[in-house]
Amino acid sequence: MTDASINASTATAHADEASFGDYFALLKPRVMSLVVFTALVGLLAAPVPVHPFVGFCAILFIAIGGGASGALNMWWDADIDKVMKRTKGRPIPSGKVEEGEAMAIGLALSGLSVIMLGLATNWFAGAFLGFTIFFYVVVYTMWLKRSTPQNIVIGGAAGAFPPVIGWVAATGSMAVEPWLMFALTFMWTPPHFWALALFMRSDYDDAGVPMLTVTHGRRATRVHILVYTALLAILAVGTAFSGIGGPIYLTVALVMNALFLRGAWRISRRTEDDSEFDNFKVERSFFKLSLLYLFLHFGAILVEALLKPHVLGGWS
Amino acid sequence: MSLRKSHELHQRRFSRNLGVGLTLAAFIVIVFGLTIVKVSGTDFSMATQEIQN
Repeated sequence: MTDASINASTATAHADEASFGDYFALLKPRVMSLVVFTALVGLLAAPVPVHPFVGFCAILFIAIGGGASGALNMWWDADIDKVMKRTKGRPIPSGKVEEGEAMAIGLALSGLSVIMLGLATNWFAGAFLGFTIFFYVVVYTMWLKRSTPQNIVIGGAAGAFPPVIGWVAATGSMAVEPWLMFALTFMWTPPHFWALALFMRSDYDDAGVPMLTVTHGRRATRVHILVYTALLAILAVGTAFSGIGGPIYLTVALVMNALFLRGAWRISRRTEDDSEFDNFKVERSFFKLSLLYLFLHFGAILVEALLKPHVLGGWS
Repeated sequence: MSLRKSHELHQRRFSRNLGVGLTLAAFIVIVFGLTIVKVSGTDFSMATQEIQN
């Protein structure tokens, strides 16, 4: 064996070695961006001013807590991630990171984020972050995801907690307004994910995850999307008349909910043949719209909050 | 196998080591910054006044 062949075999053996980016990917950066944004809105919409550096640290540790739960989710779900096309490239199924490493990183970052958020802001916020991680990892990932078709509905709660944590980090207490933000994300999650499940159709079947499309059929899923979207519209428009709403938010809510309801109505009227014919064009555009929907609603809450000191935000 | 001063392992894991190093440095900055903010806050000055009184 020559030096060249030894070097070549060494290079091949280490080709799938994890880089720093692979470890970062365990934290689900895309989900983290949603967590950062909604938690920031919760923090800034609170009626208590926060020192900018403390606010930055609060958002950072909420994001790390969200990332830690993502890593623990990837550790537990490594078997299904291997089967699903959407998740095959994740660090564990691709063989770059070992399951044990993901668990260790997830646990370490969970502890770190809870303690640091508690120290930076208050222990109520720290405990709330700890509960959110527990809810996402134990209640959703380990228990409900594989046992009920309502997995997305209940699991959506975990993704909806960040604005509440942001609010609690600022105020140290609870109020109705952060729960309205929670409800907005909570009600938005099912239509968002069910639209994805409609066009990523074989993925959940192959993995044996009891997604609504698998257990109750695709027609029932289409109807569910419409019902949840209608309930969401009532909630989203109603929030305009609360302490975090105002004319700007109301305008955004009216336009976005009209568009979202139109999309859900079109999905409910379509047959599988219609969807197959245009490669799920309507379902895909509804999914894309859902991302913009949440961003604009929280963006409008943020604008109202930022304008309040200048007597321009809210209804006053 | 002994590690040379610049072993192939060092090159291969450079990005990972750099990432860990920068993360730890950022953590130190954050803890230091938080300490400064907390110590300069009103709670601390009030507590100091109480001790002085």
